[in-house]
Amino acid sequence: MAKLKETILNPILKGNPITVLVLGICSSLAVTVELKGALVMALSVTIVTGLSSLVCSLLRKTIPNRVRIIIQLVVVALMVILVDQVLKAYAYAIDKQLSVYIGLIITNCIVMGRIEAFALGNKPIPSLLDGLANGIGYGLILIAVAFVRELLGSGTLLGYPVLSAIGYVNNGLVILPPMALIILGCIIWIHRSIDKDLQEK
Amino acid sequence: MEYLSLFVKSIFVDNMIFAYFLGMCSYLAVSKNVKTANGLGIAVIAVLLITLPVNYLLNTYVLKAGALSWLSPKLANVDLSFLSFILFIAVIAAITQVVEMIVEKFLPSLYSSLGIYLPLIAVNCAILGGSLFMQQRDFANVGESAVYALGSGIGWYLAIVALAAIREKMQYSNVPAGLKGIGITFITVGLMGIAFMAFMGIAL
Repeated sequence: MAKLKETILNPILKGNPITVLVLGICSSLAVTVELKGALVMALSVTIVTGLSSLVCSLLRKTIPNRVRIIIQLVVVALMVILVDQVLKAYAYAIDKQLSVYIGLIITNCIVMGRIEAFALGNKPIPSLLDGLANGIGYGLILIAVAFVRELLGSGTLLGYPVLSAIGYVNNGLVILPPMALIILGCIIWIHRSIDKDLQEK
Repeated sequence: MEYLSLFVKSIFVDNMIFAYFLGMCSYLAVSKNVKTANGLGIAVIAVLLITLPVNYLLNTYVLKAGALSWLSPKLANVDLSFLSFILFIAVIAAITQVVEMIVEKFLPSLYSSLGIYLPLIAVNCAILGGSLFMQQRDFANVGESAVYALGSGIGWYLAIVALAAIREKMQYSNVPAGLKGIGITFITVGLMGIAFMAFMGIAL
């Protein structure tokens, strides 16, 4: 039981996929202009990581070692196609806004990384939890970045005026891509100042 | 002229790294020194240049709505575009494998200097991202997709070599403890991105 708790909590704090392992940056930054897009992206990645970890863990004894990358890619691509079709059916506007980044979940290193590092050596249920927890750890950072960017860039949160209602002048720079990197750098700084073990020499 | 404009635009304005954050994982992991960054950059250009035209043909003649009509008119209203993710990634993985084998056979010195980075290109978002952007932008012919591939590859190459050079120098500077390593790298990339935005208004 203690081990399961560790499996869930570790990816969210100590071993966060973005701030500590630096995986999955590619698709994460471009979708953080608005909180809504970030929420959908976080949810999609959590589902894809969880389910593909589960499937790969079920298949782990039958996959030949030499062709495992291709098989993992096929499993992940299948999950992403499912998520994409669901989004197209029920949330078309958001799917259009996220554009190619939903497809890019396939090459998101978190998904492949967790399959390689965890799912291939563990039972299905812990693998599912590990996948979901990593997705959540990723999602939290995504939401934090999107929160700052939408608040300072458009003065709104989830589309509702917050800062703009009290006469805040929008900072156009925060909307532009480079600021996502700088905000993420600052989040890493805060995280590592609190948890001194993570600092690099 | 159109080709030139597309070429310059894909290098500077639509830079894979600074405008779309594509291929960020390997960009951050492999930019510790200029030599390996150089090797990976060249490999990315090569793989992009081969995969994009292939995926373009695949998209135009197999996947797009009505693309199968050249086989028989009955298939004119078949739309296979929901399969594009899985086919694109399969093509990329296969071509990376072939490129790896060719390089291993004919250029062993390059092969040993690239090491494990070559197979990792299969899961580099820049390659799949390039294919998906190509599909989204509806290029008119194979030539345009090849020019786009070359341009984005060179853009990626420039970005990784520039960052590697900065990181080599940065080893001597006094960075706050919590920012050391990856934190300051993110901020550097952000500042480089702001510099690259100066190209935004350029139209040829």
